[in-house]
Amino acid sequence: MTANARANILSRLRATTIQGQGPFIVPDAPIIAGLELSLEERIGRLQRMLETMHAEVRVVSAGGWLDEFKAMLRTRALNGLLYGPAAPFGPALEAAWEADLPPLVPYIEPAEQCRERLFSIDAGITSTRGAIAETGALILWPSAAEPRLMSLTPGLHIAVLDAKTIFNTFAEAIDQQHWLRHGMPANALLISGPSKTADIELTLTFGVHGPKELVVFILS
Amino acid sequence: MTKTADVVIFERNVAKALDDGQLRRNLRSAMTTLSQRRRALFADTEAFEQLRAQGESIRRRALRQLPDLLEQLEGRCTANGIQVHWAETTAEANAICLDIIRRHNARRVIKGKSMVSEEMHLNHFLEEQGIEALETDLGEYIIQLDGETPSHIIVPAIHKNKDQIAHLFHERIPDAPYTEVVEELNAIARQELREKFRAGEIGISGVNFAVSETGTLCLVENEGNGRMCTTAPPVHIALMGLEKVVEKLQDVPPLLRLLTGSATGQPITTYFNMITSPRRLDELDGPQEVHLVILDNGRSSIYGDAERRATLQCIRCGACLNHCPIYIRLGGHAYGHVYPGPIGSILTPQLEGLDEAGVMASASTFCGACEEVCPVKIPFTEILRMLRNEAYAQGESEHDVKGHGYRYTTVEGLSWKSWALYNTRPGLARIGSQILGKLGQHLPMIGPLKEWTRTRTPPLFAPKSLHQLAQERGLDNDR
Repeated sequence: MTANARANILSRLRATTIQGQGPFIVPDAPIIAGLELSLEERIGRLQRMLETMHAEVRVVSAGGWLDEFKAMLRTRALNGLLYGPAAPFGPALEAAWEADLPPLVPYIEPAEQCRERLFSIDAGITSTRGAIAETGALILWPSAAEPRLMSLTPGLHIAVLDAKTIFNTFAEAIDQQHWLRHGMPANALLISGPSKTADIELTLTFGVHGPKELVVFILS
Repeated sequence: MTKTADVVIFERNVAKALDDGQLRRNLRSAMTTLSQRRRALFADTEAFEQLRAQGESIRRRALRQLPDLLEQLEGRCTANGIQVHWAETTAEANAICLDIIRRHNARRVIKGKSMVSEEMHLNHFLEEQGIEALETDLGEYIIQLDGETPSHIIVPAIHKNKDQIAHLFHERIPDAPYTEVVEELNAIARQELREKFRAGEIGISGVNFAVSETGTLCLVENEGNGRMCTTAPPVHIALMGLEKVVEKLQDVPPLLRLLTGSATGQPITTYFNMITSPRRLDELDGPQEVHLVILDNGRSSIYGDAERRATLQCIRCGACLNHCPIYIRLGGHAYGHVYPGPIGSILTPQLEGLDEAGVMASASTFCGACEEVCPVKIPFTEILRMLRNEAYAQGESEHDVKGHGYRYTTVEGLSWKSWALYNTRPGLARIGSQILGKLGQHLPMIGPLKEWTRTRTPPLFAPKSLHQLAQERGLDNDR
């Protein structure tokens, strides 16, 4: 019975004779000064870290990113682009779409009803909630507007990032974006590149079960 | 002297592993690479020491409040819609999983890498119940194809090289061509597993950190299979040892950095997946049900002893394996248990009992490399020494490790008693050392002496003892 298991486990843990600080000492944690980079430096560091992990990074102006994005799509043969119509850039994307581009595919039904499409579409585009310069990682909080599988099942994931939301460290992002006060989403993610593995002889190869490519547009 | 069963088995495993040239080459190259990458990432030793001190402090603070934090975790998770289950034994944990799977009439589960599931022997258990358990991490997938268990807690198939994997894939995966190109082997696995992800019924994962203040389950991975298993199927079951809890969300960043850096020298993994609830009302994907299984399996008995408790600080980075002169030469299988290397040597005897796994505590040269690299400063050598003592501690023992005293023999007990007698009676010691000085060279090499001198040069006995020499030089008695 699991009800008993709970009580038994907790009572065993509480039966310990180790009292207070006692012989099990908890040392004070040193205060570690985090990175303090300027915006330019944060963009530079993030770009360098992401590129090391084989992501493609394009630093563009907020006004010009759509044109550059469309130009990039024209160089590739893609069967479609998954997007969230309620994403911040959703309406702009729809307005700017042209016939020679891969078809825009909105993610608006529950996954159960569009599973085939989700697993066969070539590309997906999502917004980001921010990024971490120190280690190089994007922060995603998938939502009803931009569900979780968008950044996972397509072979190409395009992420759009506002440079102003690049933080020095993960700790700083949690703090300054008030993750605790806001309440955690069902799923929060840090993503630092396309999926990879080194399970065979530690040989690094990209594109295992998640996206094979990650392209990041940093809007400055 | 008779050898206990665990010793006999271990010695056989050691001989077999040392004889396997291919295994030793595979391991040496992989472990060298991993330790070099780690060293390169933590090149600033001063900064690293600070980070380590932080990691140690976070883990010990969490352990000190463990029962309270577990209750808080349960409360937060439940409020978030995650169903929490407690299991005292691996059998209970397996039964909980089976019950969930049966309720959903599932025939197959897809699994992300989880050492706790290995500890539970979950795959084997489910297969006996007619349920297929499919490993999706590439390394785990490889060894599952070959009917093996992980030989390393981070890189489970590290004992195999690409030629061996090429043959394996070609033989075991229908229509797979023979290729030794790593990218192509990778692509074969991707192709095979993608279909399984699409049709996934139940996903099972481990937990790297569970944050009690928010009820968040954190998972660290590179491949995306972990995200697949926790996102695509309608049901997700997360398995955790009860020590995995941390108090605050802000405890996570330093631990994450220590974990990925120590494991593979990466500043961060491709994915860091934080799960706080099942799919919410308006959401379009994610599992409808999330279950958290909290497993004890002997951990609470470790918790009760101040010296042993540090064992539970572990964040399972595997750095102690990568730096251990014993592990590097043997690999994980020789240890004969789920957790190999230094962490296995201190954890397994405590979980399973010294009489089952006490020999693992002898798999150490006491060089202390594990202690030096451990990101949360587990005092490995102290715990190893304590376990060795416990193995001989008859009757009531100081630390009450399960199976203590299993190696105690009357002969050994008598030997130590005589030794004590010898050294506390100066007259006896004087006569004894004189006899040994004259006849020591002619001691018959039988029994334990034969065993001991099999790989060691027998010591030469000096004709005169240190005591005698000192007296002759006129040195005053120990003053």
